[in-house]
Amino acid sequence: MSKTLKEILSSAIIAIGLLSAYGASAATPATAKSAGDFGPPQGAPIRAVLTSPPHVPPPTNRKFPAKVIVELEVIEKEMPISEGVSYTFWTFGGTVPGSFIRVRQGDTVEFHLKNHPSSKMPHNIDLHGVTGPGGGAASSFTAPGHESQFTFKALNEGIYVYHCATAPVGMHIANGMYGLILVEPPEGLSKVDHEYYVMQGDFYTTGKYREKGNQPFDMEKAIDEKPTYVLFNGAEGALTGDKALKAKTNEKIRLFVGNGGPNLVSSFHVIGAIFDKVRYEGGSNVQKNVQTTLIPSGGAAVVEYQTKVPGSYVMVDHSIFRAFNKGALAIMKVEGPENKAIYSGKEVDSVYLGDRAAPNMASVTTATANAASGTLTVQDQVNAGKSLFNGTCSVCHQANGAGLPGVFPPLAKSDYLAADTKRAVGVVLRGLSGKVTVNGKEYDSVMPSMNQLNDDEVANILTYVLNSWDNAGGRVTAGDVKAERAKAVPKVAAEH
Amino acid sequence: MRATSFGIRSTVVGLLGACAQLGFAGTVEPLYVAIPSGSIASVLSGGSADNAPTTVAGFEMRLKPVTVAEFLKFTEQKPEWKKTKVPSVFADSNYLHQLETAAISPVHAEQPITNVSWFAAQAYCESERARLPTWYEWEYVAAADAAHADARKDPAWRAQILGWYSKPSSSSRQRVGGDVNFYGVDNMHGLIWEWVDDFNALLVSADSRNQGDPDQLQYCGAGAISLQDRDNFAILMRVALLSSLSGSASTNDLGFRCARSPTP
Repeated sequence: MSKTLKEILSSAIIAIGLLSAYGASAATPATAKSAGDFGPPQGAPIRAVLTSPPHVPPPTNRKFPAKVIVELEVIEKEMPISEGVSYTFWTFGGTVPGSFIRVRQGDTVEFHLKNHPSSKMPHNIDLHGVTGPGGGAASSFTAPGHESQFTFKALNEGIYVYHCATAPVGMHIANGMYGLILVEPPEGLSKVDHEYYVMQGDFYTTGKYREKGNQPFDMEKAIDEKPTYVLFNGAEGALTGDKALKAKTNEKIRLFVGNGGPNLVSSFHVIGAIFDKVRYEGGSNVQKNVQTTLIPSGGAAVVEYQTKVPGSYVMVDHSIFRAFNKGALAIMKVEGPENKAIYSGKEVDSVYLGDRAAPNMASVTTATANAASGTLTVQDQVNAGKSLFNGTCSVCHQANGAGLPGVFPPLAKSDYLAADTKRAVGVVLRGLSGKVTVNGKEYDSVMPSMNQLNDDEVANILTYVLNSWDNAGGRVTAGDVKAERAKAVPKVAAEH
Repeated sequence: MRATSFGIRSTVVGLLGACAQLGFAGTVEPLYVAIPSGSIASVLSGGSADNAPTTVAGFEMRLKPVTVAEFLKFTEQKPEWKKTKVPSVFADSNYLHQLETAAISPVHAEQPITNVSWFAAQAYCESERARLPTWYEWEYVAAADAAHADARKDPAWRAQILGWYSKPSSSSRQRVGGDVNFYGVDNMHGLIWEWVDDFNALLVSADSRNQGDPDQLQYCGAGAISLQDRDNFAILMRVALLSSLSGSASTNDLGFRCARSPTP
């Protein structure tokens, strides 16, 4: 009986063998490897080193494909999102972004996703570096207190985002469920002095930015794409102060910069540094000499630059309100000797006078000096006032004081000015809007407040005006201006 | 509306009266409430407009989730459901994990039982001559807030549910009770996840043309694709949780309540 079965089996095997031999001539053999497949894993299985941000695991330094075991734990936990503000994050490995995973191209990765028993939610993982349906999501759907396992071959090298893909996906990502996996090229990456892990994300809380206490997730704001926070590494201040990234001068820095989203695209920029190389979108092309690189939501880039000048370098999302009003700010502190040949620091701090010609300003200097010594004459004031008038007032009132008919009232031979010279001080300081009648003509426009001028300047300008263009003469002193400025009066009412 | 709610109250009273008369020896008869038949546009319809609302026949729903004390009493009567005795095909190692400490405080006794497998929940309900509610029955009752049978369009109702989701599981759980809805049923939201009878069918549609890929909830973005009504997220997350489980599984936040078809 058994012999018969064996015979049947062996003849069947021969038949299959014949069939496959026949098929092989026509089609590609089934064993053909795709690019990035370096064959079966070699050596003993290796447990992957996972690191918390901003740290990156060491290079694999391997010359062969291996079986790499990754164990990632999902933990739902309350953590600070800003000073005095807490948020319930859903995390891969207890941090936002999640643990950094580093493997080599061609590695066979045995992935274990554990969902902590204290979790409320089921979770899964979609690794953008996986070739297969759902990026692993379909095979890793894990209830609280359970563990899932799936295996994939890392066929493509590059830096890839991973994230939770359980419905509602947006909420899982908005709660911090994303991170990066680096698939090294077979030859490894070039040697650098520091590698850091930075990942941007946008967060949606029911309370306002920096509103204290535990802040729940706000689904409406998330759907409207109006984040309360835009952050690097999951918390305001995650990479500033004592936690700033550190380097010395003349070191090579490599940043793995990801963007978890869920909604916003990042304009990643380091203030005061130019990226020597950017592997934009995490792909194989290298762009050189980049100021700001765009990182899509669910995308990443590898950024390299050399530190040359010591100081604090601020990393921002250059959609700049996010940096200064929503928290998207990190710092790299570079220490070492100054390099004055590249950057001098401040060499000169002097007054910049714009388009006002320097020689004319000599009169202002004279007036200031004379005022200080108590010898200021009306003529000093007129000279200084003329220069200042030409810089500030002549744009509207014209250099000859004639104004523009119907638009800007004249100062030359002005009955409005003559009627109350002290009133003019208030007009300069607080502006004037509404109807006024000057020399029989009605004007209805707006003069902005000029209170940026100091008391001396206002006094000099008005003295110049009073003594020019057939006006009646007179003098306004700095004391008059000071007194007027001190009055808490409302805007000068326009005459009707 | 008002008349209906009066009707429900009087039914409760009626049941109470009946219970008092029946009077199980040494036990308190659990309290069920009659739920009138009706229809619901379920989240499982995929939210498409051409999907007709599902009809839910009248049934009786347990007023409160089963408590720790109630479940412990059950395991005394049916020792085969004790953690030490239960076969592993009916309950995994998380089963009754929170009851491992010897003493159960009075507060704990009044909390809902969690870490129970579907099989154990079903067995418990049988002991009350009941069964687990179907998903449609559960969703039908859960659509209510305190004043309306279907409050699902109310932003405040949705925000309240999502608020519970964003609280960490480690924060101490409330006792059962104190959150009665339109039907007089307690704790439908904000306390625990709940088993339903047909939990493992939630993603498998009788008509796949309406549902698309049965695995779709597990994929990136697919949850959103199948939903026209974004507000259904609050309920959809329950579907996601239940569909991640097997019958022997349990979690720290997963409990149950029972239902029964009206006696003919």
